[in-house]
Amino acid sequence: MSQTLNLTLKIWRQEGPNAKGSFESYQANNIPDDASFLEMLDIVNESLIENNQVPIEFPHDCREGICGTCGVMINGRAHGQEIGTATCQLHMRKFNDGDTIVIEPWRAAAFPVVKDLVVDRSPLDKIVEAGGYITAPTGSAPDANEMPIPKDVAESSMDAAACIGCGACVAACPNSAGQLFTSAKLWHLNSLPQGQAERYKRTEEMVETMEQYFGSCTNHGECKEACPKEISLDFIAEMNKDYMKSKVKNRKKAGQK
Amino acid sequence: MLLNSKVPTGPMAEKWEKHKFDIKLVNPANKRKFKIIVVGTGLAGASASATLAELGYNVSAFTFHDSPRRAHSIAAQGGINAAKNYQNDGDSVHRLFYDTVKGGDYRSREANVHRLAEVSVNIIDQAASQGVPFAREYGGLLANRSFGGAQVSRTFYARGQTGQQLLLGAYQQMMRQVHEGKVTLHTQTEMLDLVTKDGEACGIICRDLITGEITSHSAHAVVLATGGYGNVFYLSTNAMACNTTAAWRAHRKGAYFANPSYTQIHPTCIPASDEFQSKLTLMSESLRNDGRIWVPRSKDETRSAGSIPEAERYYYLEEKYPAFGNLVPRDVASRNAKTVVDAGHGVGPLKNGVYLDFADAIKRDGRDAIEGRYGNLFDMYERITGEDPYSVPMRIYPASHYTMGGLWVDYNLMTTIPGLYAAGEANFSDHGANRLGASALMQGLADGYFVLPYTIGDSLAPKLGSDPVPTDDPVFKEATADVEDRLTRFLAIGGSRSPEYFHRELGKIVWENIGMARNRSGLEKAISEITALREEYWQDVRILGNNESLNQSLEKAGRVADFFELGELMARDALDRNESCGGHFREESQTDEGEALRDDENYSHVSAWEWNGIDTPQTKHKEELAFEEVPLTQRSYK
Ligand SMILES: Cc1cc2nc3c(=O)[nH]c(=O)nc-3n(C[C@H](O)[C@H](O)[C@H](O)COP(=O)(O)OP(=O)(O)OC[C@H]3O[C@@H](n4cnc5c(N)ncnc54)[C@H](O)[C@@H]3O)c2cc1C
Ligand code: FES
Repeated sequence: MSQTLNLTLKIWRQEGPNAKGSFESYQANNIPDDASFLEMLDIVNESLIENNQVPIEFPHDCREGICGTCGVMINGRAHGQEIGTATCQLHMRKFNDGDTIVIEPWRAAAFPVVKDLVVDRSPLDKIVEAGGYITAPTGSAPDANEMPIPKDVAESSMDAAACIGCGACVAACPNSAGQLFTSAKLWHLNSLPQGQAERYKRTEEMVETMEQYFGSCTNHGECKEACPKEISLDFIAEMNKDYMKSKVKNRKKAGQK
Repeated sequence: MLLNSKVPTGPMAEKWEKHKFDIKLVNPANKRKFKIIVVGTGLAGASASATLAELGYNVSAFTFHDSPRRAHSIAAQGGINAAKNYQNDGDSVHRLFYDTVKGGDYRSREANVHRLAEVSVNIIDQAASQGVPFAREYGGLLANRSFGGAQVSRTFYARGQTGQQLLLGAYQQMMRQVHEGKVTLHTQTEMLDLVTKDGEACGIICRDLITGEITSHSAHAVVLATGGYGNVFYLSTNAMACNTTAAWRAHRKGAYFANPSYTQIHPTCIPASDEFQSKLTLMSESLRNDGRIWVPRSKDETRSAGSIPEAERYYYLEEKYPAFGNLVPRDVASRNAKTVVDAGHGVGPLKNGVYLDFADAIKRDGRDAIEGRYGNLFDMYERITGEDPYSVPMRIYPASHYTMGGLWVDYNLMTTIPGLYAAGEANFSDHGANRLGASALMQGLADGYFVLPYTIGDSLAPKLGSDPVPTDDPVFKEATADVEDRLTRFLAIGGSRSPEYFHRELGKIVWENIGMARNRSGLEKAISEITALREEYWQDVRILGNNESLNQSLEKAGRVADFFELGELMARDALDRNESCGGHFREESQTDEGEALRDDENYSHVSAWEWNGIDTPQTKHKEELAFEEVPLTQRSYK
């Protein structure tokens, strides 16, 4: 049966992108342990509004771990301590009565703070825009069963495609690198037969766009620990291989042979 | 006004081909002279933007999300239907068409449904070629499952993340066009009004959610692909930000709103556990393939599920509907759950659920097989409830999930405002009074990839050579002033309660009276309660913060205000429709066995409502429905 918790929250408040932010303390009392972490913040916000205080802005939408909108640092960890769990799926029964919880926005140069706990993650879209697709104009497709794809190939592609684009990997990385996100999109497409024609061009363009915005990867592996979908580090190795191949043989220019 | 659906003449199976030949075309070189606004980047919006841009049009795409990929379509789990007949189990375009018309309880437009079934096969080809990693058989061919009561296996899926994968496919195609410079993307930009000139759509007014700046955008045509309004119930399976504002603002500018009372209450969701609950989580319908639904026969049952003997369990769906059992359509499953819970048989601490039990399936197929099929869903359930569904039955209860009603559109997907189109869940389109599982993804993508890009030419062609209305035209100035006034007004009310509070209260009224069962007195009560609460809202809502930075309460304020007006119209529509059909169950109209009883003589029509101002109820217009191909019968799943 449901129990309640009394908590102390230290939450990052920042009025806008150029404002100076600081931690504020809030008391969150009588939080039912069946509540999700975001519902706990809802309760805090309702009481702030009641007391005429501006509510805390935090990112969220689907609240079922799939849209990738939510994401805050909880006690220094992206999405909190639970493995494979987005912030919205974290429930208060994982906390103890009397806990102090520190809540911050994603910290990364590429993700400037918009307000309070909300950051701008648009560089992730820039990476996709650079080449994260298979050129397949509507209406041009052959019958789907004309190109059989071995089950394990499709599964492996799906493992990578499961990325929700939340940016936790970047936030968790000491260098704010974007490798896990980028490599997941690359493996999703590069591992499929349909993705071969543009494989090397795609790899170069996405990697180089990534480098414009994000730090470099020094193999800490923190990204994988933080990833709510437990995307594998192997994809980074695959990305590096493809990038090397592409560069060394300059496949992009040689018509990708 | 007489509603002209513009359904082409000729045999059903040839209408679409014929229509594509008959409608006006814009030649390739001229397409670049047209500008099209697409609001929404879900399945319908992203696929439409990508395809229109490929054809050569200049597209401006808008979403209030921070990335197009976050549209609510991302959350769809179960799958997408297509009449491929890869399983050789007798499926065909005709069968998908027939099932959809019947499943919609004969309240949809046959010609639209037939077209949907026809293009369904192209969607799968399209998605596969984009790299959507659909589930495969060992031989490498596409896998299918049977879904939501269909008697053939026509559902394609990508694990439990079909919506995510299809949306990523469409999003990536759209981003390719952004890269090419053919789509201009506006994220975190919310459309707050439609602009019309001389009765035609000419643009939109938006608010930048980060800076609060109000901007005007003009175009030759406007497409709304802004999703459904299931959040009018407050608690629903929809994402928190889903709302009706875009469609509602268009309604206020003259677009008729069709069948608002047709809403789908999905049978398998996790029941609410408390007042603080912010949303309900869907457990995919595919679970009903293996799970058995039951409640204790005794109302005073106190034992745990496992220790209740077989004879004391009421497998109500299996008993009442031997042919379909646990796989009856959604409306039937939901209504029956309500009946047993209302009768006091509910389970769980609040007695607000029914069991969905996998014990037999685990005994029969082994735990590994069940884990293989539903592992991620079981994990999700455990995370939310703290209970392990491998050892105790899940508890489920119906929740608001999908809205069949929406903006009225003709066969070209154009609303009653010339130049304004609606696609995806935002239109009333193809599902009649009840949508079949795995058909919303199909419809959204059909509209966006294969229908709208062709039909839109019909209204554009005559405009060749004319520029869009400039944004300094008085019509834009006026609409901008209206939007700004409304925002200022919200911030000035200085009342005592949050928009969240009012939304929750509205949701209770809607759920109570316009939910799974409706009756005259409840609907009349709903109308007066909603009106009273709406008036209180405009006096007493408290919006803090400012307009010049991110302010989610301010965003919410406008959305809740529109939900009030929509909720009232839902009640009026439900009151007017004195018959039961699909998801609309009027207690006054049922068979002796308690099943929905249609009144084809009086209600075989679409109700399309015209806005008359806030103080005057809408006027109803009828589109009569003719059933040429699928004979009208009483639906029976016994
Ligand atoms: C949990 C869940 C599971 C589901 N599972 C299935 C399934 O298995 N199979 C199936 O067929 N269907 C399923 N459905 C239904 C299906 O997902 C939806 O009907 C469909 O995805 C809707 O797509 P859409 O493109 O019409 O709208 P959405 O995906 O909701 O997109 C709406 C878009 O409009 C934008 N928008 C809205 N208003 C504005 C505005 N005012 N200004 C700017 N932008 C705006 C949003 O930002 C968003 O981009 C499911 C639904 C839910 C809730
Ligand atoms: S809110 Fe969508 S992933 Fe958490």
